[in-house]
Amino acid sequence: MTTHAHNLPNVASRLKDATGIALVSLLLGVPMIGLKTVDAGGALAIATRWPWLLAFVATMFVGRLVLQFVLDHVKLNKAKRARTRPEIGATRPWLKWIGYGVVGFALVLPIAFSGNRYVVDTATTVLIYVMLGWGLNVVVGLAGLLDLGYVAFYAVGAYTYGLLSTHFGWGFWETLPVAGAAAATFGVILGWPTLRLRGDYLAIVTLGFGEIIRLILVNWTDFSGGPNGIGSIPRPTFFGLPFSPDSDAGPTFASFFHLEYSPEHRVMFLYYLILVLALLTNLFVSRMRKLPVGLAWEAVREDEVACKALGMNVTNVKLSAFAIGAMLGGFAGVFFAARQGFISPESFVFSESATILAIVVLGGMGSQLGVVIASVLLVLLPELGRDFSEYRMLMFGAAMILIMVWRPGGLIAHREPTYRLAKKGAQA
Amino acid sequence: MSEMLLEVDRLTMRFGGLTAIDDLSVAVPKGKITSIIGPNGAGKTTFFNCLTGFYKPTEGSVRMHHPVHGPLLLNEMPSYHVARKAGVVRTFQNIRLFPNMSVLENLIVAQHNALQTASRFSLAGLFGRAGFKQAREAALEKAEMWLTRLKLIELADTAAGNLSYGTQRRIEIARALCVDPLLLCLDEPAAGLNPRESAELNELLLYLSREHGKGVLLIEHDMNVVMRVSDHICVLNFGTKIAEGTPEQVQNDPNVIKAYLGEEDADDKEAA
Amino acid sequence: MMGQFIQQLINGLTLGSVYGLIALGYTMVYGIIGMINFAHGDIYMISAIIAVTVLTLLGSLGIMAVPVALLITLVVAIVFTSVYGWSVERIAYRPLRNASRLAPLISAIGMSIFLQNMVQLTQGARVKPINALLPGGFELFTSNGFTVHLAYTQIMIIAVTAVLLVVFTYLITKTSFGRQQRACEQDRTMTALLGINVDRTISMTFVIGAALAAVAGVMVTVYYGVVDFSIGFVAGIKAFTAAVLGGIGSLPGAMLGGLIIGMIESFWSAYLSPEYKDVATFVLLILVLMFRPSGLLGRPEVEKV
Repeated sequence: MTTHAHNLPNVASRLKDATGIALVSLLLGVPMIGLKTVDAGGALAIATRWPWLLAFVATMFVGRLVLQFVLDHVKLNKAKRARTRPEIGATRPWLKWIGYGVVGFALVLPIAFSGNRYVVDTATTVLIYVMLGWGLNVVVGLAGLLDLGYVAFYAVGAYTYGLLSTHFGWGFWETLPVAGAAAATFGVILGWPTLRLRGDYLAIVTLGFGEIIRLILVNWTDFSGGPNGIGSIPRPTFFGLPFSPDSDAGPTFASFFHLEYSPEHRVMFLYYLILVLALLTNLFVSRMRKLPVGLAWEAVREDEVACKALGMNVTNVKLSAFAIGAMLGGFAGVFFAARQGFISPESFVFSESATILAIVVLGGMGSQLGVVIASVLLVLLPELGRDFSEYRMLMFGAAMILIMVWRPGGLIAHREPTYRLAKKGAQA
Repeated sequence: MSEMLLEVDRLTMRFGGLTAIDDLSVAVPKGKITSIIGPNGAGKTTFFNCLTGFYKPTEGSVRMHHPVHGPLLLNEMPSYHVARKAGVVRTFQNIRLFPNMSVLENLIVAQHNALQTASRFSLAGLFGRAGFKQAREAALEKAEMWLTRLKLIELADTAAGNLSYGTQRRIEIARALCVDPLLLCLDEPAAGLNPRESAELNELLLYLSREHGKGVLLIEHDMNVVMRVSDHICVLNFGTKIAEGTPEQVQNDPNVIKAYLGEEDADDKEAA
Repeated sequence: MMGQFIQQLINGLTLGSVYGLIALGYTMVYGIIGMINFAHGDIYMISAIIAVTVLTLLGSLGIMAVPVALLITLVVAIVFTSVYGWSVERIAYRPLRNASRLAPLISAIGMSIFLQNMVQLTQGARVKPINALLPGGFELFTSNGFTVHLAYTQIMIIAVTAVLLVVFTYLITKTSFGRQQRACEQDRTMTALLGINVDRTISMTFVIGAALAAVAGVMVTVYYGVVDFSIGFVAGIKAFTAAVLGGIGSLPGAMLGGLIIGMIESFWSAYLSPEYKDVATFVLLILVLMFRPSGLLGRPEVEKV
């Protein structure tokens, strides 16, 4: 509300403010909490939940008072933070060390939790999102192109592997480059005509494109298996050694290394596979950032007109970002298909695109480490909320709003210059 | 008469019913400073936009005499070709830097085309090949050279958006110079500068045209700059050329005096 | 053939009216803050859910007279839905007024997810059927064994939309709020300097957008008779497509875009393939943006340099 002046407001105005919130809460709550339509023998009937509504309104009233009390103390700092642009003068070496720490932790995680399949599985999911986040980061974070249909490229990758492996017996490693190329091609086909458009139009076009791909997958049954998807996709092998219990058909991973067969081998293998893919992605993107094209992506994000005036072919720069982002999404899709062994259009809905975008923006645009933190947060929040599973997505939505309002620049809004005069010889 | 760099022939630009530039012909020589002056709304910035490919002129032609590529028609080129191929680089009235990038990075971005070729469209760069490393060293050296010349070297690693207005103007000029322009088009480079900065600008403009042989095309309101450095001045009003000549000739031209002093009402209308 | 054609025209007009009403909300919000209100589709969904509740409540109270029931439902839905629209702006947009463009978009997507799941939790995930409030209709004519129907609900939707458009046009062009709203669209800083409360104008824009979506929600409820928590997303995208098609920021454009999308959808379903009707809509959107990015009625933009 507008009452938070810099001098501390009095109790009366705070109460008035909280009463206002309570009143709004009452209006919001009456149709949704207070009243409910229930199925009573074929027809709907009304049920009431007035105590719940009362509790809700009271919570909002007290919550607002407490929040205001807290805000009064941090408000000034926050206003300052929101306005200053990320400083790039100061280096922050500790960010790098956190990065190394995260990689180290990721390397030992399956060993530390070797008895706990659930942890490794969840970590694998986190890493898929990290990889997707890093891919989309090129498009959104670096080049500043708002892509709301990123999941389409993920789907292209997944279906490329699904189809090539089930119809033609292609393996994981052969498919990987092909799927990446296919996704990049889709990126170029979509990007070529649309990248000239204004930013928000691009958003809606990519959103539409994501839906088109999904609808085609749902409806073109002969091609994609329709809503049933594609099943029994072969799992990746360890350089030709399958993870299976019986060694009749040839050596398996377990028999070759003289280990006792355990289903956990595959889980751990998949984890390390996506870890390697993700680290390669990170290496690739970090290197690209230091190249002229990477700098050009950021320049286009900052000021397109200035780029044109400096002789830069802006469309090509954008297209390269779009294609590379798409390619990385395609890679992640191949891994996803191989891990699940089953894919269907259900996995490639808009909310998936929204989640990946949220990871990039929450993490801090352009920040690689931010993507990791945001992925962990967005995957773990719903997982932690598993006990009250129906509240998971609700909390997910609420978290997105709160984090954005709290830190509009994302969790890590710090940007390190890729070129420095001081140590120009030391550039990698 | 020195060698002509740019020839604008009967340029006309209309927006719907409004004629912003009407039948304008100007020539810009190499190694000289040519200024375009005129009251607000006279069509100066529109003229720049036509030169640099941001607007497609309704009629007329803009011809650049390029030492390598020969004559080039700028009015038929996309804006990025104007800078890349024809060597005509501009700055903007409302400074357009890359605010979140460092000053040095701003100057490196300006050398994108050369670097991108040297990096073999990223392939050689990705594997750190020697050719690309050399190109990058060269780019950094060029940036350093202009930063030193424009007294920006101390600020090389700070974010461009955090610096003062006058400094940002200088960065924009340094950035444009990194493109190696044959013709530098500056849109009000002295706006918002203090007298000392403005004097430094004069010196820089003379240095660029005399020592580097660059053609300079200047839009400026600050008469301290225009009258002191210009070799040739072209006065616009309502999109038409009303006078042309040396600073002395223009200062004494009755049409110019009338345009600046006599018809205040008309100016206000135009400015609105 | 003629009968089939006319029938699809009527269906398309009905559907298009609904899309148009939602599209108005998008285009108004876009016009004033230059952002896509991602939660707008869910505002429409909330209105539909409220309509189900109110109609059920009225039924249990024995108020069955169609005009009375409809009017009460409309008023109640508009009031409560507007509060939701207002809250969305306060929570997801206002704190981010000066942040980068992406931040409010993310918070709005978060809001959309939140609202959908909130409704699913509080009202249940099941599809909610209601008794037909306004059954029946006219049989216009029969040709080649095909009878063309015009349902009462279709007349209602088209009529209500038309009336609303008149009121709305008056509001925007003739009242002081409309002037303030248009002023904010042109230049927010200048408007604020002139002593106009920009925050309140933006709030009001969200409220009016929500009210229009509320009307759309009520009418869809009455028309189809079934509603669930997930109807907001697709309707939202289509309405946004309509707004862009018509030229975002242009109010007549939004309505026109809505009608076109409605027509395409009903004709495509009838003559080609119902499965790909949404694909048709999106492909059209991409084509329009490629060849006429300012939309059908939008003003072309000259790049400011």
